[in-house]
Amino acid sequence: MEYVATIGMEVHAQILTQTKMFCGCPNELTSAAPNTHTCPVCLGMPGVLPVINRVAVEATVLTGMALNCTIPSFSKFDRKNYHYPDLPKGYQISQYDLPLCTSGHLDVTVEGDARRIGIRRVHLEEDTARLVHQGGVSLVDFNRSGVPLMEIVTEADLHSAEDAYAYLSKLRQILRYLGVSTGNMEDGAMRCEANISVRPEGAEVLGTKVEVKNLNSFRSVRMAIAYEIERQIAVLEQGGRVQQVTMGWDETNHRTLFQRSKEGAEDYRYFPEPDLPPIEVDEEWRAGIRCRLPELPDEKEERFTQSYGIREADAALLTQDLQVANYFEAACAACEGPTSPQTVANWVLGDLYRLLGASGSDIQACPVRPEGLASLLALVESGKINGTTAKDVLNEMFASGRSAEEIVKNKGLAQISDEDTLTEIVLSVLDQNPGPAQQYREGKLQVLGFLVGQVMRQTRGQANAQAVAEIIKTELARQS
Amino acid sequence: MALSREQVQHIAELARLELSEQETELFVEQLSAILDYAEQLNDLDTDAVPPTAQVLALRNVMRSDELQPCLTPDQALANAPQRQDAYFRVRAILE
Ligand SMILES: [Zn+2]
Repeated sequence: MEYVATIGMEVHAQILTQTKMFCGCPNELTSAAPNTHTCPVCLGMPGVLPVINRVAVEATVLTGMALNCTIPSFSKFDRKNYHYPDLPKGYQISQYDLPLCTSGHLDVTVEGDARRIGIRRVHLEEDTARLVHQGGVSLVDFNRSGVPLMEIVTEADLHSAEDAYAYLSKLRQILRYLGVSTGNMEDGAMRCEANISVRPEGAEVLGTKVEVKNLNSFRSVRMAIAYEIERQIAVLEQGGRVQQVTMGWDETNHRTLFQRSKEGAEDYRYFPEPDLPPIEVDEEWRAGIRCRLPELPDEKEERFTQSYGIREADAALLTQDLQVANYFEAACAACEGPTSPQTVANWVLGDLYRLLGASGSDIQACPVRPEGLASLLALVESGKINGTTAKDVLNEMFASGRSAEEIVKNKGLAQISDEDTLTEIVLSVLDQNPGPAQQYREGKLQVLGFLVGQVMRQTRGQANAQAVAEIIKTELARQS
Repeated sequence: MALSREQVQHIAELARLELSEQETELFVEQLSAILDYAEQLNDLDTDAVPPTAQVLALRNVMRSDELQPCLTPDQALANAPQRQDAYFRVRAILE
């Protein structure tokens, strides 16, 4: 029997602000020693009052706008009550029935097919403290307590691990374009849960939903969803029933493991947060936030193919990372003369990516700045160096940070185009290779490539190959 | 409105409270009485009153994203029943 999987995703993203959601403690987790960023508010002391961070609200609304959401004029916070040592107040301030953003969508491409994923809501809440499990005890660090967190919930519009992967990639790309979150799953700045059910094709009613947690990387999202779909199909095939449970992804053994039953479903007893007045987003505020929407990945990709005339696949690659896109545009702008944007794209996506990949650095820290790349390409375009030499020069620029001109000059790498010099070398090559020279004269024209190659070798790749070919042809014609 | 024993025990569980038999009986009675008291509100005609989540007439009370001084770890941990280095220490949490 054929089965259809239905998947909904919940993504939590830490918002990039200076301070926490409801207090003025730094929102900074990477370099902080434990419990150095706390105050009575984020420690949940009795009697303290939270105050809403305006920047976090605006970042959430901006994200909702980028996800084509409606921004209701009225929104409020609620208390979600539960007990856990990472939650000092015994409740989390979250949003229940009136989130900041509702009913949007995100368009993704899955294996060439365009798909629209519904966004049910985007709401704002506070992160919990960090727990460190250590043998018989757990240790609590409240630096993360109260960090602004947005939760982005899809409709059950996804149907495969590939859908989920495409959605998550696109969502992270947008969060990064907006500058509202780092989107890094590795350090927990972006976290993800999937609700997965499976039903026989044609069945009207959705299957029983299983929640999968502990998805800590893009890879584990893809593997866990594929695994869980297979697991549920196997249960149904054997005539069994899928239980409504929470599963965790076991990164080591690559399988989902039972975490807890959902019977006696969570009872969070949400109620309106009495310490926080509601939020009203009027037309003026909404328009002010909308002004800050940058060009989004799809628009940028479209513009790159239209106005730079580069290949669609290259435009997609260049716009994946905003910094790379900016680098490309800066390099194009710095190009004087006839260097085409496609040439710039080839160099960025080819040799520059290779160097960045090998050194593990990102493009913002690239020692070759866009202007430097442009001047290297100008040397190629003017015939001063050839393509092979240019690759060596780029390596050197990357390693030393010196300019292309300087390297070419110091190392004597300029292309040899001088006809007398080249003729001299050609004659010696013909002398050393009487066999191939004879073959050419007898009409075996393909040996020309071999002879050019010999000249290139003698000049350590610096000869102007086109000029060399012409000279060889002339000399051989003269000699016969 | 009379609460059942099961409801009271469920509420106690959510609040991480362990109730004895007598306490359960006592709270069935007391909590039911509190609900009865609040139930008087149902007698009011609220047809013309819009629902509200807040009794204060405030909106958009927000702060700018500016740093304020923090506590030192020692201050933060001053009342902790148990600490280990600069961490609060609690019983092991089983995932
Ligand atoms: Zn704080």
